[in-house]
Amino acid sequence: MRTMESRVRDYFADLAQQGHAARLGIWLFLASEALLFSALFALFAGYRATYPTEFRAAAGVTGFGLGATMTFVLLTSSFLMAESVERVRGGRYGTASWLLGGVAVLGIIFLALKATEWGRHLADGILPGPGYHFAELPERGARIYFTLYYLMTGLHIVHLAGGVAAVGVVLALNRRRRFTPEYHPQLELTGLYWQFVDIVWLFLWAVFYLDR
Amino acid sequence: MSVTTQEPASYLGAERTVRSWLLTTDHKRIAVAFLVAVVGALFLGGIFALLLRLELLMPEEHWVEAALYNRLFTLHGVIMVWLFLIPSIPVTFGNFLLPLMIGARDLAFPRLNLASLYSYLLGSVVVIVGAIAGGADTGWTFYPPYSAQTPMSVSPILIGVFILGVSSTMTGINFIVTTHTMRTEGMTWLRLPLFVWALYATSVILVLATPVLGITLILVWLDHAMNFGIFDPAYGGDPILYQHLFWFYSHPAVYIMILPAMGVMSEIVCHFSRKEIFSYLAIVGSTLGIAFVGFLTWGHHMFTAGMSSFDAGVFGILSMFVALFSAIKVFNWVATMYKGSIALPAPMLYFFGFLILFSVGGMTGVGVASTSLDVYWHDTYFVVAHFHFIMVGGAMMGFLAALHYWFPKIFGRMYPERLGTTAAVTVIMGFLLTFVPQFLLGNAGMPRRYNTYPEHYQTLHVISTVGSWAIAGGIVLVFAYLLWSVWWGRPVGRNPWGVLGLEWTTSSPPPKHNFTLPPTVAHGPYDYWLGRPDEDDGEPRT
Repeated sequence: MRTMESRVRDYFADLAQQGHAARLGIWLFLASEALLFSALFALFAGYRATYPTEFRAAAGVTGFGLGATMTFVLLTSSFLMAESVERVRGGRYGTASWLLGGVAVLGIIFLALKATEWGRHLADGILPGPGYHFAELPERGARIYFTLYYLMTGLHIVHLAGGVAAVGVVLALNRRRRFTPEYHPQLELTGLYWQFVDIVWLFLWAVFYLDR
Repeated sequence: MSVTTQEPASYLGAERTVRSWLLTTDHKRIAVAFLVAVVGALFLGGIFALLLRLELLMPEEHWVEAALYNRLFTLHGVIMVWLFLIPSIPVTFGNFLLPLMIGARDLAFPRLNLASLYSYLLGSVVVIVGAIAGGADTGWTFYPPYSAQTPMSVSPILIGVFILGVSSTMTGINFIVTTHTMRTEGMTWLRLPLFVWALYATSVILVLATPVLGITLILVWLDHAMNFGIFDPAYGGDPILYQHLFWFYSHPAVYIMILPAMGVMSEIVCHFSRKEIFSYLAIVGSTLGIAFVGFLTWGHHMFTAGMSSFDAGVFGILSMFVALFSAIKVFNWVATMYKGSIALPAPMLYFFGFLILFSVGGMTGVGVASTSLDVYWHDTYFVVAHFHFIMVGGAMMGFLAALHYWFPKIFGRMYPERLGTTAAVTVIMGFLLTFVPQFLLGNAGMPRRYNTYPEHYQTLHVISTVGSWAIAGGIVLVFAYLLWSVWWGRPVGRNPWGVLGLEWTTSSPPPKHNFTLPPTVAHGPYDYWLGRPDEDDGEPRT
């Protein structure tokens, strides 16, 4: 195990400054990510104002139960994530590893549920863009709704998959005992990112599953 | 150059292998690499501008047919806006100076900085190769539905600009974190040099606006390449929504270009007047004010796109706030010079050029922000002249001023002052000659983006084209003598201008980690009332 001093990069004065920089950096990254999703939500709002009836009808197609299940899965994973940070702060690295494993498994379950859902939609003829041929809702507004649905949930899936990979990395770091109760920025940063992706899902859940 | 025993080796001479440049995490080396890249983009974009102006020498079609003309102005706009103006000052002088100005050893995330360089290079190559091999005729704004339907291949340019956006975001995050966490002892927020404040405000825009552009370009790409129809009226899409999203980034992008230039000017006017800035807080406040209100003005690009008169009025008034903040700055710069001890080297000449050109650009901006006038001037050369006054008269003057002012710090050698003065006068005069006629042309009804025009516009077009040759001549001269000076210029000491500022207290060029010992700051950056430092031009003192 390396000493605390050896972890300070030579352009920082001390570990506190280095940790401050890492935390501020991730918050700014998340701010830019929030704007990335906001642009799509703004677009959604614009089209919902243009096609209110089509959008409501289309929201009825996505499964309420499945949406609620996915939300439950993600919220639980966020809880485990926060707990794992707390365990590392208390020096209980073994428990933290189990919790992180749980986070990764729940993330993968979410992705699997999403894949089944997409598969079902595709089988019904709900394709993004030019391939759209859903018999129940043939209108142009519905086509735009589902194109946005694929884009927005797709972007979220990409972020979540990245999160699962990041959790895998911090899990490996934790098993190699690279964290101390005072200094574990990779874990903290991954935790913040994971919660962010979770919060984005809550908004997606609201517009695509509850707005019917 | 011999390395003395007291001084550590400079960042340029520390390591000499190619690998030490390609994989460097030193902010100064990355800045020099960026400098080479953006100057390359400036020349490439300039060549396309010259070709456009050459065609416009005659009223009828000569060398460039209409379709090729569309491609040329697209190339000119795309390269100048995305590859030169947006990154120019932050990635070069910001990168080089931010750590030096706040007394830090490097940026907070040096590897992220290197990643930003490579994303810039990758994005640029994709854009340039795509634009020249495939070609695009959409203009730099990629408006759908045309951009979705054009038979030309817009895809590489869209993807390339997206990658450039990633590069911008990385730089922005790095600068904000560095300013917050890396300031040396005594460098309080209100002792930051105004250039650092300008970089800070610019970075906020980069971080918050760029992702919106990024995702919007991806949507246009999906429309173009896979016929998604998100912005295509044929499928129920709304192209106006694209314009909203595009200008939500691209209007603040104007402030990404101009704020760093304003920061450069604040430095130069203080140091070459040997005076404290007239009001530090007013400059800082107006810098942050422009960054903030810049997010609320995008609608003024869409006055003729079917916007309600109420919305247009709101966007018009909000846009005029930018003029208010800019006027505060201009007032401050002029008041700073009052009773100052003014020197007139090349950077100060660019400052005067900036002051006049930017003021004209700003005032015509108030004109086009008035809805009634904009309906008349929209899509004419008046608008072309207006934004060139801001982008070339403002942002490029800032770039050239910074290049001359900090050249001795970056390369440890001085440029020939007489050539510097000649080139500055040539560029500024050439600029006036090129773009004043364009105001008149636009006001007389000449629309933009045409390769032919009625004969009675010819005189003004000829003057404009001749002016473009003067700009080109001046710019070529600048880079000819600067390139010469990098190797053969007169070596200088720490502080050849004899000015205040932390960056002038270390050797020229600075050592790898900037300062031998972390400096301590005890006063503001422009406190000339405390006395001015001696000029240190490297000559031995008696």
